[in-house]
Amino acid sequence: MEIILSVIIGLLYSAGIYLMLRRSLIKLVIGLVLLGNGVNLLIFLMGGLVKGRPPIISATAENIGLIYADPVPQALILTAIVISFGLQSFAIVLIKRAYIVVGTDDLDKMHSTEEEDD
Amino acid sequence: MLLAVLSGFIIATITPLAGKLFRSKWSVGLTAVPLALFIYFLSFIPAVSNGQVLLFNYEWVPSMGINFNFLLDGLSLLFALMITGIGALVYLYTSSYMKDDPGLDKFYGYLSLFMSAMLGMVMSDNLFTLFIFWELTSISSFFLIGFDNENKESRKAALISMALTGLGGFFLLAGFAIVANITGTYTISEMMGSGDIFKDHPLYIVIIICFFLAAFTKSAQFPFHFWLPGAMKAPTPVSTYLHSATMVKAGIYLLARFTPLLGDHIYWNNTLMIVGGITMVYAAFHSILKKDLKEILAYSTISALGMLVFLLGLGHAEAFIAMAVFIVVHALYKATLFLITGILDHETGTRDINRLSGLRKVMMPLAIAGFLAVLSNSGIPPSFGFVGKDLIYSATLHSETLAIFITVAAVVTNIFLLYSSFLAGIKPFAGKLPSEYKDVHMPDWRMWVPPLICGIAGIVFGIFPMLAEGSIIRPAVSAIAPEVPEFHLQLWHGFNTVLGLSAITIIVGILLYVIFKPNDRHNAWMNKFESFSPKSIAAGVNKLFMKFAVTWTNLLQNGYLRIYVLTVISFLTILLAYKAFTVSSLDINLTKISALTSAEVAVMVILIVSVLYAVYSPSRLAAIAAMGVIGYCICLVFIFYSAPDLAMTQFTIDTLTVILFLLVMYRLPKYVLYTNKLIRIRDAIISLIFGTLITLLALEVHHEPTNKETTRFYAENSYALAKGKNIVNVILVDFRGMDTMIEIIVLSISALGVFALLKLQLNEFDREI
Amino acid sequence: MKQLIFRTATGFLLPLLLLFSVFILLRGHYLPGGGFVGGLIAAIAFVLHAFAFTLKETRKLIKINYRLLIPIGLALAFFSAILPMFKGLPILTGLWVYEPLPVVDMVGSSLLFDTGVYLVVVGVTLTIIFTISESA
Repeated sequence: MEIILSVIIGLLYSAGIYLMLRRSLIKLVIGLVLLGNGVNLLIFLMGGLVKGRPPIISATAENIGLIYADPVPQALILTAIVISFGLQSFAIVLIKRAYIVVGTDDLDKMHSTEEEDD
Repeated sequence: MLLAVLSGFIIATITPLAGKLFRSKWSVGLTAVPLALFIYFLSFIPAVSNGQVLLFNYEWVPSMGINFNFLLDGLSLLFALMITGIGALVYLYTSSYMKDDPGLDKFYGYLSLFMSAMLGMVMSDNLFTLFIFWELTSISSFFLIGFDNENKESRKAALISMALTGLGGFFLLAGFAIVANITGTYTISEMMGSGDIFKDHPLYIVIIICFFLAAFTKSAQFPFHFWLPGAMKAPTPVSTYLHSATMVKAGIYLLARFTPLLGDHIYWNNTLMIVGGITMVYAAFHSILKKDLKEILAYSTISALGMLVFLLGLGHAEAFIAMAVFIVVHALYKATLFLITGILDHETGTRDINRLSGLRKVMMPLAIAGFLAVLSNSGIPPSFGFVGKDLIYSATLHSETLAIFITVAAVVTNIFLLYSSFLAGIKPFAGKLPSEYKDVHMPDWRMWVPPLICGIAGIVFGIFPMLAEGSIIRPAVSAIAPEVPEFHLQLWHGFNTVLGLSAITIIVGILLYVIFKPNDRHNAWMNKFESFSPKSIAAGVNKLFMKFAVTWTNLLQNGYLRIYVLTVISFLTILLAYKAFTVSSLDINLTKISALTSAEVAVMVILIVSVLYAVYSPSRLAAIAAMGVIGYCICLVFIFYSAPDLAMTQFTIDTLTVILFLLVMYRLPKYVLYTNKLIRIRDAIISLIFGTLITLLALEVHHEPTNKETTRFYAENSYALAKGKNIVNVILVDFRGMDTMIEIIVLSISALGVFALLKLQLNEFDREI
Repeated sequence: MKQLIFRTATGFLLPLLLLFSVFILLRGHYLPGGGFVGGLIAAIAFVLHAFAFTLKETRKLIKINYRLLIPIGLALAFFSAILPMFKGLPILTGLWVYEPLPVVDMVGSSLLFDTGVYLVVVGVTLTIIFTISESA
């Protein structure tokens, strides 16, 4: 499983980077989302994969057992997921605004607008 | 003491707030601050002249060894009195000189900032506070030179001075770091006991190079002198205060302060002597060719600074005495001349030496002040300058090396300085009064009293040299020299070589003044050499630097986002690949790998397919759908591997993201292929290589034993300390509550951003496009 | 016809989902859940309602300006963070009421904090989605 997951992480990174290298803005944001997913999975994998033992102390016990999934990366990823939502929505809106102002979603054309007036 | 040093900072904060008050005639009240400080420092004279060294300690960053340690010995006191004393006069002068300037409050703010920084610098006993105050003087100087910020020349001059003194500042920090490393302490007074450990240290040369660069840039030594004439663009009180009397002497102070530690070494002495010598002759020669009063004074200041460095380089007690005296002499007469120049400029509107004459008829007190300053500057008895000049000559005569040669250099310099002082202090007042200046009248008393006080002080000290001797000069010298010989400052030494040299200086100087008149021809002649001057060379270097920066920026920062991404990714790829091939030993431990179930395989397959679909789909909608599927698949992965909290969050967020994309999508254009096939293949290859490396990295990391200490702490204390059983949640709301707090703030900001971007009306500019 | 089923279903779903989101929030300290997830679920419930009916209807339903939830939530979280300081304890120290309640179990300042998070998340999500759909 770890091997397949590693391959998938690699794939998500590749896809994310490839889309970020495109000139279209919308692809750029999709690439950003995929890259974010890849990063989350990578952190998750680093904590080690444990099946069926969530980091929750059972209702009757005071202490957690010996084997449990690592809660630290989980807390980290949870934060990352929520923050990335904020980031993505901002990015999307920025695209939209840029599209309204510039009239294209081609990044290269946006580059040239600021010098258009001289 | 802390309050005394920091009072200027406090004033600097208050003045802009109380702006209106200090812009009016009440600004004169601010003079009380430096005056009070001056009196405060005067009260230390008895203690310090008894040879006491006063230490004041205030903790600042004790964990890093950075404290406000202030030290008050003779050298510090000499500078402190000069800073506050001249400061008081300049404050008074400014209140009238700049009374119509709308930025007067700002001006006083900068001036106070500078005064505090300078005071802090000369009293710091801690290397790092010294450095901070040193830099603060540069910064306040920058603001003051560029005070007339609508003038291009002023801004340029401010920038040049900032660049040069800033460069010196870097070297100072480096030098301090090395010194602190060798001695293991940041406190200067503790170092003083450490003896000769520097002189035999292999890094000695590096240290002194750093110190020299710092001091020479600050004190305008050749070849870094050119910022000082430029700095004369500042209002005259600034030129008086910073660029002749105090700040430029910071470099001298630094060298003097560290002479007991680093001095008395052949490299130290010879470098100072040569650089100081060149500076004093070169600048003195320049000063006689100029016809702008301020420029004349600027060059003569550089020359005087060269003289001070030169005296330090001589390295014996007699030279140190001469230096200490000359610091006081110079501060007094140069301040007088500058203040007079300011008045002349203010009242007549010109600083051209050829147009000013005969003004004594309308400004008698000023003419007296000027005359007194010239006496001191030229070393004519009974001025304090005469005492100083005698000391300088006897110091050069008693030098162990090349006594004749350096004495000649000193005499030549003094002849030129005498000439330029005549130009500045006598020429405008002598001769016939041109008709255009008939109506010129005396300025307010606040302007003419300060130069007169300075001028008179120069004579009083000359007639009664014992006033300064025991109180300041001797303690100051004893801070520099290991042992101070018995000495007495006096006007009359009897007929000897020194007196002869003084006589030669005065006679030749006056002859020169009678014969030689500055005019444009000399200036034109000098300008021929302009292309070799250090200023032009620095400008050239600057231009090259800019060119390089522009080329470099265009190469890497060309405004194409994907080129940035490409650069970063390529660099990372190379780095990772290098590590992967040199360090990694990919042996995958199969026993640690968990088994697969059919459900998992199915999820993985769906995941892979949707990733490919998201990349290759020609339709936006399909790509977004694929993105949603990827999110749900990851959500399933979280479920499989015991992360219910993550699964829930991922699920909800993914849903919202897809909704968001769909909402915006219909307003955006359809997918268009912007790039050709070749570029797509190139990008594909790069991203695939990067992805592969990440896969390898992931595998590698997984087989490293991880440190679970943090995890164990949270797991064990979750219930015990935080009374929670869901450890992930406990981490979020309790153990790392502060992080979560900040996270929700970030979220709020992003919502604000979205709202602002969409709701705020497009402004005119946007609509036009 | 489709619309009708959707609307009817949403009418029932909205209160259920909201209840569920509060439930998720309250049990967060002991079982999977918490302020983030709870807030997101609540936001989704409202978004669903806005899709089924109209944005206007949803606005009317919420009554108060949903953007106000952000500062309220932030203030609540901040208040719970500085609460221990009044008792002379370091910032963010957990304070507890020592009497277990059903579902919630023990009540403490961290629940207050999580509620703040919940409100902020609801406010932020609704602001983003509604602002975008309004101007789309």
